[in-house]
Amino acid sequence: MKAGARKFGAADRRLLPEGRMAGPMPWVIAIMMFLTVLAAAAGLGLGSAAGNLTAGMASRLTVQVMAANPDRREAEAAAALAAAERLPGVARVHRLTQDEMQKLLEPWLGGGALDADLPIPAMIDVDLAPGGGDRVDTVRGAIAAAAPSARVDSNATWLAPLGRLIAALRWLAVALVLLMIGATAATVVLAARAALDTHRATIEVLHLMGATDLQVARLFQRRIALDALFGGLVGLAAAALVLVLLGSRAAALGSDLLGSVALPPLAWVLLIALPLLGVLLAMLVARTTILRALGRML
Amino acid sequence: MGWREKRGRAEAGLASGGSIVQFDNVGLRYGTGAETLSDLSFSLQEGGFYFLTGPSGAGKTSLLRLLYLAQRPSRGLIRLFGEDIVTMPRRRLPGFRRRIGVVFQDFRLVPHLSAFDNVALPLRVAGVADRDLENPVKEMLAWVGLGHRASARPATLSGGEQQRVAIARAVIARPELLVADEPTGNVDPDMAKRLLHLFDSLNKLGTTIVVATHDLHLISSIGRAEMLRLDRGELLDPTGALRHPPRRPDA
Repeated sequence: MKAGARKFGAADRRLLPEGRMAGPMPWVIAIMMFLTVLAAAAGLGLGSAAGNLTAGMASRLTVQVMAANPDRREAEAAAALAAAERLPGVARVHRLTQDEMQKLLEPWLGGGALDADLPIPAMIDVDLAPGGGDRVDTVRGAIAAAAPSARVDSNATWLAPLGRLIAALRWLAVALVLLMIGATAATVVLAARAALDTHRATIEVLHLMGATDLQVARLFQRRIALDALFGGLVGLAAAALVLVLLGSRAAALGSDLLGSVALPPLAWVLLIALPLLGVLLAMLVARTTILRALGRML
Repeated sequence: MGWREKRGRAEAGLASGGSIVQFDNVGLRYGTGAETLSDLSFSLQEGGFYFLTGPSGAGKTSLLRLLYLAQRPSRGLIRLFGEDIVTMPRRRLPGFRRRIGVVFQDFRLVPHLSAFDNVALPLRVAGVADRDLENPVKEMLAWVGLGHRASARPATLSGGEQQRVAIARAVIARPELLVADEPTGNVDPDMAKRLLHLFDSLNKLGTTIVVATHDLHLISSIGRAEMLRLDRGELLDPTGALRHPPRRPDA
């Protein structure tokens, strides 16, 4: 039986007619792979965006001292600054300088609009130490005591819905990738069955000559793997092109939020691995389908 | 079925010495229809030459399908090369099939392979390297008179040529048992004689041969051959020689 495990040798390429690239299978796989790579890229990109959001902004509080009287405002701002600095779990406290305020307001009020006559709240950024999300209320209390006119906004409060939206989109991307994998597997099952039907006579002859199921399965497996490799590479190339184009458009916008959607290098490695995983999946599915069909023959 | 089964077992014990094929009360039915073959009990001696005859629809092809392991019987016992192949696990069958050469009635050549590749198929299945099979395949093609058509596809060959390719393919691996279904149906009398001569030489080298045919002339040309006559799924064995084969002098 040892010979049963052997291949047909160099001639096995000729045992099934080449016919590759002729059928729709490689193109269907190319489309699947294109969509899978896009969905995976969206998932990975949103993942890194969500990471950037939480790392950079969610642990920040913004304090606005809104007293109308400039002297009182200064006094309260200084008190709030001192109170925040004394608190444990606060990594950094920074009062925005006149220049920084100018920059923030420029888009709305134009350059040089900031003079002493316009009452502008004093703003203080309070960065909590990592994991300090539960200290928001302590900070809020301390600042309210020091500066009664201060308003404390936690960035986390308004970032939370955005974070939830991103999380939902990520799950959607994961679900899409899984659905695509399922659909690709189904395509391969159909293609393998079609190939079995087309070559039924040849298979029967091989079978009656004493070819083992594995010998026959190997013939198909290889053919389908080549189809899947072709489809996978075409799909990947098309998707990569789209991603690079989208990336350059997003970079041109100069938006902080969109810019953070950029794909990290590891994500590219994962995306490039997708067609190879596709080939493995196709081979495995084809093998199982064919071995099951052959198992029904005597 | 009790007593019959016992008798079958007893016969199996008696005849197992030089027999390559042994049928005991074998029945075959497809689906729920009537039995295509019923109560077949016979044994074929190793190195024997057998003609299987009978009218169309008598079950000749069905019997051959049992012999070349395309089908398991619905009932009864079949021993092939001394082993029970009815209950044999499926994974062991390919090893047995490689010891059997088959000439199908409809040839079953692989349409996209050349005559050379078709004939080489059994050797490739058995794992013979390409460089080792080139000469035997060419010789075999020359023997059936197709040396010049080695690269032709079956579709470009005449019926008779296809049949000769099918025969070359069946005998290339030197099978222990050769099963041929109407192997001379499409060739002229001269070629029929030539092919029969091929079977004859193979038989003299030790291959057991079973040929299903209507051709009485063919049957009469091999003096030592025995005849199995099937009619409506039953084996006619008036003398009982098939059930209780006489011991061959050389066995």
